[in-house]
Amino acid sequence: MSSTKFILGLFDDPDVMMHGIDQLQKNSVPIYDVYTPMPIHGIDDKLGIKPSRLGYAAFMFGCLGGTTIFSLVYYFMVHDWPMDIGGKPAFAVPSFIPATFEWTVLFTAFGMTATFFFSTHLFPGRTPRVMDLRATDDRFVIAIDAKGNIPHEEITNLLKEAGAVEVKHNDRKYVSYE
Amino acid sequence: MASHNESIIREPLITGKDITYAKITNDVLHPVENMPTKAWWIGFTVASLGACLWVFAVSYTFWYGIGSWGLNKTVGWAWDITGFVWWVGIGHAGTLISAILLMFRQNWRNSINRSAEAMTIFAVICAATYIVAHMGRPWMAVYSLPLPNQYGSLWVNFNSPLIWDVFAISTYFSVSLVFWYTGLLPDLATIRDRATGIRRKIYSVCSFGWTGSVKTWQRFETVSLILAGISTPLVLSVHTIVSMDFATSLEPGWHTTIFPPYFVAGAIFSGFAMVQTLLLITRKVLGLENYITMFHIESMNKIILLTGSIVGVAYMTEFFIAYYSGGEYEQYTFLNRFTGPYWWAGCMMYGCNVLMTQMMWFKKVRTNIPISWVLSIVVNIGMWFERFVIIVTSLHRDFIPSSWAMFYPTWIDLSVFIGSIGVFFTLFLLFIRVFPSIAMGEVKLLVKSSSEQAKKKLLDSGHIDPSHAEFYKEALTKFDSVELSDYEKV
Repeated sequence: MSSTKFILGLFDDPDVMMHGIDQLQKNSVPIYDVYTPMPIHGIDDKLGIKPSRLGYAAFMFGCLGGTTIFSLVYYFMVHDWPMDIGGKPAFAVPSFIPATFEWTVLFTAFGMTATFFFSTHLFPGRTPRVMDLRATDDRFVIAIDAKGNIPHEEITNLLKEAGAVEVKHNDRKYVSYE
Repeated sequence: MASHNESIIREPLITGKDITYAKITNDVLHPVENMPTKAWWIGFTVASLGACLWVFAVSYTFWYGIGSWGLNKTVGWAWDITGFVWWVGIGHAGTLISAILLMFRQNWRNSINRSAEAMTIFAVICAATYIVAHMGRPWMAVYSLPLPNQYGSLWVNFNSPLIWDVFAISTYFSVSLVFWYTGLLPDLATIRDRATGIRRKIYSVCSFGWTGSVKTWQRFETVSLILAGISTPLVLSVHTIVSMDFATSLEPGWHTTIFPPYFVAGAIFSGFAMVQTLLLITRKVLGLENYITMFHIESMNKIILLTGSIVGVAYMTEFFIAYYSGGEYEQYTFLNRFTGPYWWAGCMMYGCNVLMTQMMWFKKVRTNIPISWVLSIVVNIGMWFERFVIIVTSLHRDFIPSSWAMFYPTWIDLSVFIGSIGVFFTLFLLFIRVFPSIAMGEVKLLVKSSSEQAKKKLLDSGHIDPSHAEFYKEALTKFDSVELSDYEKV
């Protein structure tokens, strides 16, 4: 039994890597994940990853922020301590718009980014789960779970034929752990 | 897709030969991974001396009170609010580059957005310090927030533009910070994965465990786009609200409906000038000529020309409306800008902002680095005087001639101003030392489509319309980082 946990195909070109994904999928090799130094459009479609729903979260947070501050301002200016400013109405909606707008933006930005960090498990001090250290530099890495994908040699050849500059058989899932 | 052939007519966004993904990482991280150069140390020493001066001058202000400034009962706002508006305006270019240019898919933003955003954050910090300092008793700043208190509670007045400003500036600062830092994560991960020892640990904490997996990038791009979408109206709102601090008053010279668009244009104008000031030096000192190319410089100069002209139109409109209003106080205020004791400030304002930037119509000027740099400084000076003219020149002639006064800055005023520039440059120099000054992930996206070498390959393939090829070669002549001899035979 081989001790290989993950097979990594390292590519130096995003288009060649895309070709590699096609080749693997043609041969029914399931792909664990792909790590790239920059956003490559189209991988998510190939891997069947659904579009992000962060936009909905952002919208919800925006609504929350706008409602919160508008309610607060209403309470301050109309309910709790209405001021007589030359007999003008206390419920002066145009004056409330700037604060409402700013908090809508504020809640959207913070809420959406927090949701992004939460769902992607990003937080200060999280141990990086990196499979190959050059994946953040100049290598486009296709990771294949070695367990269950027994013919390792075939996968290696497949990756090489597809144009991988290097194929790694890693015994550890993450090389970044001390 | 990562690569497609971009039209040859478009100028390259990355110049140089043998640009690989690894080379971009090496070039950009060079100042981060190596000991700073002598130039950096000299700059840092001067800047931090300035920052020390700021600490001293502001402490002096807090100890002895606002009386240590040159303010009097007629001119109650002077260099403090001038400095505040100046710095906030400078900040606007960063958001324009990172948000508005992203939405318009202007890929040339990719190599300048990081440092411009950093500049935004530092400029807003400088602006905020002015606000806190001009309160005199800075611990009272808490009363600008709607917090329950022992007076009732007595809430802040949401009809007041000053309160809108509190909300606008604080939101602007924090959203810019989030935008900037989220964008930094992938690049911090790059540093982390190349570093060893304690540096690795620090960057590991800072990079939040970024891996660059498919889902992470997908979410990252969604977040970037939405942040850009909300930052665009945000940045417009910020300077609009800053202008309302003046426009909603009854002061002649301030009480003007043109202020919001005029201030926003002026903000972008001065911000781009500051980006130009910083980047022309940064690209030289850090050796980033291949990423911040002549195309970038010329594009920024075009924006300076455009916004400078908008500001010019706004100035003319102001004068026309003052004449057309028939209000004698209004008319006097505007005439006084040229005929009053502050005529020289008015000349600096109109001369630097409108006359000097019109030189940018000439391509020779736009593509000349020393002239561009000098002009960017001229714009910075002009925009400072614009705020000075609006604030002090409008105030110093009160409705009652017996209260007419002049404003004379004290050495504390001067020190706070010079010191704030020191704070700004200290922060900026620290930034280029510890963070990548160019968004590597975004620049790498351009290698296969918009780089000089990709276009060269297109030319070499010979399938290009010869007239287009000629056009492209003609465009390359302005670049200082392109080896023109390579194109003789093509």
